[in-house]
Amino acid sequence: MGTISKIHEMLTTKQCSCEELAKSYLDQIEKSNGELNAYVNVTADEALATAQTVDKKIASGETIGMLEGVPMTLKDNISTKGIETTCCSKILTGYKPIYNATVWDILSKENSVLLGKTNMDEFAMGSSCETSYFKGAMNPFNTNHVSGGSSGGVASAVGANIAAFGLGSDTGGSIRQPASFCGIVGLKPTYGAVSRYGLIAYASSLDQIGPITKSVEDAAIVFDAISKYDDKDSTSKGYSGTSTYETLNNDIKGMKIGIAKEYLDGIRDDVKEAVLAAAEVYRSLGAEIVYFDLPALKYALPVYYIIACAEASSNLGRYDGIRYGYKTEHYNGTHDMICRTRSEGFGDEVKRRILLGTYVLSAGYYDAYYKKAQNLRGTIVKAFDEAFEKCDVILAPTVPMTAFEKGRAVSDPIETYLTDICTVPVNIAGLPGVSVPCGFNAKGMPIGMQIIGKSFSEAQILNVAYKYQQAAGENFKDTKWGVKL
Amino acid sequence: MGCKAVNYELVAGFETHIELATKTKIFCGCTTQFGGEPNTHCCPVCIGLPGTLPKLNRQAVRYAIMAGLATHGEIAEISKMDRKNYCYPDLSKAYQISQLYAPLSIGGYVELSNGRKIRLHHIHIEEDAGKLIHQHGDTYVDYNRGGVPLIEIVSEPDIRSIDEAREYVEKLQQVMRYIGISDCKMQEGSMRCDVNISVRPVGSEKLGTRTEIKNMNSINNIAKAMEYEFERQVDLIESGGQVVQETLRYDDATNTTSSMRSKEDAHDYRYFRDPDLVTINVSKEEVEEIKSTLPELPTEKCNRYVEELSLPEKDAQLLTKYRNISEYFDKACVGVKSPKTVANFIIGQIFSRVETEADKEVFAVAVSPEQLNELVKLLDSGKIRNNLAKSTLEKMLDSGKGALEFLDESDMGGLDENTLNELCRQAVESNPKAVEDYKNGKEKAIKAIVGNVMKNSRGKADAALAESKIKELIG
Repeated sequence: MGTISKIHEMLTTKQCSCEELAKSYLDQIEKSNGELNAYVNVTADEALATAQTVDKKIASGETIGMLEGVPMTLKDNISTKGIETTCCSKILTGYKPIYNATVWDILSKENSVLLGKTNMDEFAMGSSCETSYFKGAMNPFNTNHVSGGSSGGVASAVGANIAAFGLGSDTGGSIRQPASFCGIVGLKPTYGAVSRYGLIAYASSLDQIGPITKSVEDAAIVFDAISKYDDKDSTSKGYSGTSTYETLNNDIKGMKIGIAKEYLDGIRDDVKEAVLAAAEVYRSLGAEIVYFDLPALKYALPVYYIIACAEASSNLGRYDGIRYGYKTEHYNGTHDMICRTRSEGFGDEVKRRILLGTYVLSAGYYDAYYKKAQNLRGTIVKAFDEAFEKCDVILAPTVPMTAFEKGRAVSDPIETYLTDICTVPVNIAGLPGVSVPCGFNAKGMPIGMQIIGKSFSEAQILNVAYKYQQAAGENFKDTKWGVKL
Repeated sequence: MGCKAVNYELVAGFETHIELATKTKIFCGCTTQFGGEPNTHCCPVCIGLPGTLPKLNRQAVRYAIMAGLATHGEIAEISKMDRKNYCYPDLSKAYQISQLYAPLSIGGYVELSNGRKIRLHHIHIEEDAGKLIHQHGDTYVDYNRGGVPLIEIVSEPDIRSIDEAREYVEKLQQVMRYIGISDCKMQEGSMRCDVNISVRPVGSEKLGTRTEIKNMNSINNIAKAMEYEFERQVDLIESGGQVVQETLRYDDATNTTSSMRSKEDAHDYRYFRDPDLVTINVSKEEVEEIKSTLPELPTEKCNRYVEELSLPEKDAQLLTKYRNISEYFDKACVGVKSPKTVANFIIGQIFSRVETEADKEVFAVAVSPEQLNELVKLLDSGKIRNNLAKSTLEKMLDSGKGALEFLDESDMGGLDENTLNELCRQAVESNPKAVEDYKNGKEKAIKAIVGNVMKNSRGKADAALAESKIKELIG
């Protein structure tokens, strides 16, 4: 498996040069991207230049960091200086940021090799990657199925071994859900653990950047690297705990793993069975399984869609064609120019959420929707606090189902919204959650489970995830695609 | 004012925007300097590039707290930033970061000279927008001003006349300049007013429908616009019409107001808490610390000059109008017997050389307050007389040199009794006409004889003493 530690070992033992490695990833992208559509922008020149730098370091006998020389990708809403960053929206076509997102600042200083920018639902709004202006990224297990969303491109690329790891963003499940669909690991960190500076905002109070990786160790390595306090983000706290990598193998004997009944309501049987089977694995490892109720969960979906859309309607106001990105060709005056640019530049899902968000913030509706949602957000936060008095971590399905066939999400947006039911509570409460593969359905599509912890308990949830990976390694599978290491 | 207008009362409230004099912008490190080539005082944050985040400048908060304390407001221990959403090309993010739900300073007042207190609703902090430049049929945007910190001071509708409005704005300007948080230059836009105005029959308690005149940039225009708008509203009501709630702009070329938008077209700003910024916490200790650094404010200073220094109200007002003058006066007064003498020198001789208001505000005077203090002390100790002091001050103002440069030992030696007697005798002898007139009952004639003594003593004689001696001589 093309994990970070494997690549690090290959580079340091000189089994291959960094340039050779980068080239083989670029070759595989060339071969498979037509079908997978994971990448929307391949940055071969930048990748090879970085690889050569790393090779020089290795040749001169310098030690290299864990992430140094590792071929990776970024979701296309993470700002990269001089490299087009579009959020997979027509309205940002041609936009090249003049600054780096803090996470990319960190990784580029580590000499991580950026292979390119990956596909996503437009402005991260969607659960199938199909709202992308560049059409959706496909599932490496079966390309008739979606990769999930919104970070579908990253999940597709990592699942298909055309990137060793990637960074996505998670507002209501956008890291965990595609990771679950593509049979890999996705970590949504605690709100404030990773800087949002340079992440093009969808819903600022919910957005978090996190790793999508082949293994739990890789998620820990990447999280440890990017979870730094950032003075440029007022909501940044950084991760103050010790390295999560160091504690991966801690004993979990006696640990209380909670299952809330509400998380199992309306879940497809194959998914429910896989999650309950994982609980049995934990029991066999000495953990205690506790069941409890979490009734506040029923508010999560409406609260999420009200708050996310409200913030999005404000965050997306700036795309007016004046300073950057797409601008309509024919117009009559400034007002007309802005109207036409936005009408032509945004896709349907984005327009739908801007309209919803504008509505819930409007005079006369604010109290009934936005204010009420904020109050209920407090209720959900409190409910999780109480739940963590009964257990150490919560085990739940990541998505009620496996990856759906392409086209379905677009035809029924409401049903698609419902698929976020298991992932949004974590964003509302600002908690960390990691999705881990826990089996396959009858059609061979991967099933994912998530482990949810208290704020800043990434070390604990990754420890719990790692123990499962060790016990049930058969659920972590490579696909036919990509680089074979 | 028309004759019908006397039956109506004007009711006005002000929303006053003041640019804070921080070195950098409110959410990034760009300079706040006025001017500069368009879009050179900008960075990814203040032009609102996707993905950028604001970082609150704590100095702006400190200045806003000073403004709140100087207007007797209550500083909120917890305040929050909100987004005010509207789409306009000069607003790079399509929202202005401001405060609505939890502003920094609550309440307070501005006291007018007639004793009325204009209550403040609150003071909040926010960012300024950029500027549109219309040129050759095209429109350009300059974001240099975007992100400059502002406070908005929102008054209650307590203003009842144009004179009160004028004084309210002047008082705010004076206080904010005293505490050094803004230069409050209306012509440069660092202070701008929106005036909410309505009328009602005298004696009525009910507020009339108001209109809002936007972006007034001089006190004279505020007065003219209010006068126009008052009469317009009264005429409308008197002719059976109704005032429509709307936003107006004032055209100073025609001295009229015209509609910008009606109530129906009013923006719905969809305010909500800005999720990118954390709560602003201000501890009681911080408020106390800031309070202790505030200078004495003009109203208190003026009262002190009247009560403790026995200055006439008029003098006290002139001396406290600008902080630099009052500080000059305070320094020049140290240890002197009569502050009134110092006041006279400043208001008389020094002011005659510092004519414009702008120069008065700067108050760069050739003579230092310490030099003036030295001169007044010479006068206090009787070493020189008033006339000599005055002429010496003129020389000092011309040259910037101290009093002792122009006075020698003989000037300050005073006049012995014999010399004075002799000078008086000579004066009586050489002015027979004046002596004759005085004897014939023309009291004033004696002044000419005293004047002669003063001249020949080069100003050193005590005029009162000389007069009594002359009276003795004439018998």
